[in-house]
Amino acid sequence: MRIEEHPVLDFERGEKITFTYNGQEIEAYPNETIVAALHAAGIRQLGESPELHRPRGLFCAIGNCSSCFMTVDGEPNMRVCVIKCKQGMVVESQKGKGVIRV
Amino acid sequence: MKQVEILVIGGGPAGLCASLAASSLGAKVLMCERDDVPGGQLVKQTHKFFGSEKQYAGDRGYQIGQMLVEKVAADPNIEVWTDTTVLGYYEDGVVTCEHEGAHVKIKPQRTVIATGAAEKFLSFPGNDLPGIYGAGAVQTLMNVSGVKPAERVLMVGAGNIGLIVSYQLKQAGVDTVAVIEALPRIGGYLVHASKIQRAGIPVRTGYTILEAYGNGKVEGAKIAKIDEKWQPIPGTEEDIKCDTICLAVGLSPLTELCWQAGCQVEFIKELSGHVPITDDFLETTVPGVYVAGDVSGIEEASSAMVEGRLAGLSAAASLGYGKDVAAEQQKAAMAELDELRAGPMGERIRMGLEKVAAKGGAK
Repeated sequence: MRIEEHPVLDFERGEKITFTYNGQEIEAYPNETIVAALHAAGIRQLGESPELHRPRGLFCAIGNCSSCFMTVDGEPNMRVCVIKCKQGMVVESQKGKGVIRV
Repeated sequence: MKQVEILVIGGGPAGLCASLAASSLGAKVLMCERDDVPGGQLVKQTHKFFGSEKQYAGDRGYQIGQMLVEKVAADPNIEVWTDTTVLGYYEDGVVTCEHEGAHVKIKPQRTVIATGAAEKFLSFPGNDLPGIYGAGAVQTLMNVSGVKPAERVLMVGAGNIGLIVSYQLKQAGVDTVAVIEALPRIGGYLVHASKIQRAGIPVRTGYTILEAYGNGKVEGAKIAKIDEKWQPIPGTEEDIKCDTICLAVGLSPLTELCWQAGCQVEFIKELSGHVPITDDFLETTVPGVYVAGDVSGIEEASSAMVEGRLAGLSAAASLGYGKDVAAEQQKAAMAELDELRAGPMGERIRMGLEKVAAKGGAK
């Protein structure tokens, strides 16, 4: 859910865009991170741990901790807490360590 | 290879002020910032700062950040590289970074490391469930992205960050069911604590989190009272229903580049971890490498800004800039730091800095 009224801040979001998350269409704004758009849509599990397959979510939100790795436009291990949304991008939960594209 | 007089690594409060101070004496600066905009964590601080007018007290953190970023952007002596992660500091003083997707080498004459800090984690069963965040992450979600991060939060830690974020959650329309704190007293400023207590959020000292539980996500937590040996007291366990657990249990200095540069680094618990040993001018044991802000010990943004100014002045002065004015400005910055660290809240920092001096630092 997005915050519409705030006592201190105004949020200027700009024009709505969409991307897909595991095939599902997600509404987003160009200046927000992928993780923000997913949270706004109620999605908090981003992936799973590579060995024990435990669910993984966001932890630091500033690109430090690597808890939020996902596959973005085919590229694995992307820190979706610092990557901004783009129209039509393809975001997928990652299984395992991912395959690096050459 | 890019040649620069002064390289500032990190564009948070310390890095911004280091760049401005070095430039004010006439030095040419390159400031590298990992994010796509400078400002560091000031960008999500919606509360008003304390301190004195010199540290912009009374202004909100994000406004201070904006003002500093604009000043830096308008300064012809300062070049800013955003989307730039500094990766390595080599023996010959070459710094490597990833800049807009390319691997770039920089040879600076002086370096100011202002890399900040990372949030500490806490070990308990279930601590990896989605819904367990650093308190700063929740701040980013709600104050930068404008996204409601949760419905019901358990806040772990009653230092300033735990208290401030609980209040900010309320401003975003999110309930904090409790703030728990293992210490027998509230660590943060009482003015923040009374604000959230007036808002109906209980602060419970002497409590710890035993575990988080839930099916694929946080559904609740078990907490318990602890004795003076930090052991849970049987029979005091409580079940707290919540969808989010925020950890506000402190920060660790991000000192990787200091280690790589070969700086003497020591564990000083009052400064929250391993920190580089510095002299009074914030130069490390590696000549020409300076530090400022949380990387040299966790304090508040106000101190980070003054440390940044001091490190920037010192780096520029060592290159021969500002011969007539540098010494006086350095002295003024040191006096401001003393002022910020005076009083009972600064006691821990003062103890930590005494240890730094004893380890061979201060002149």
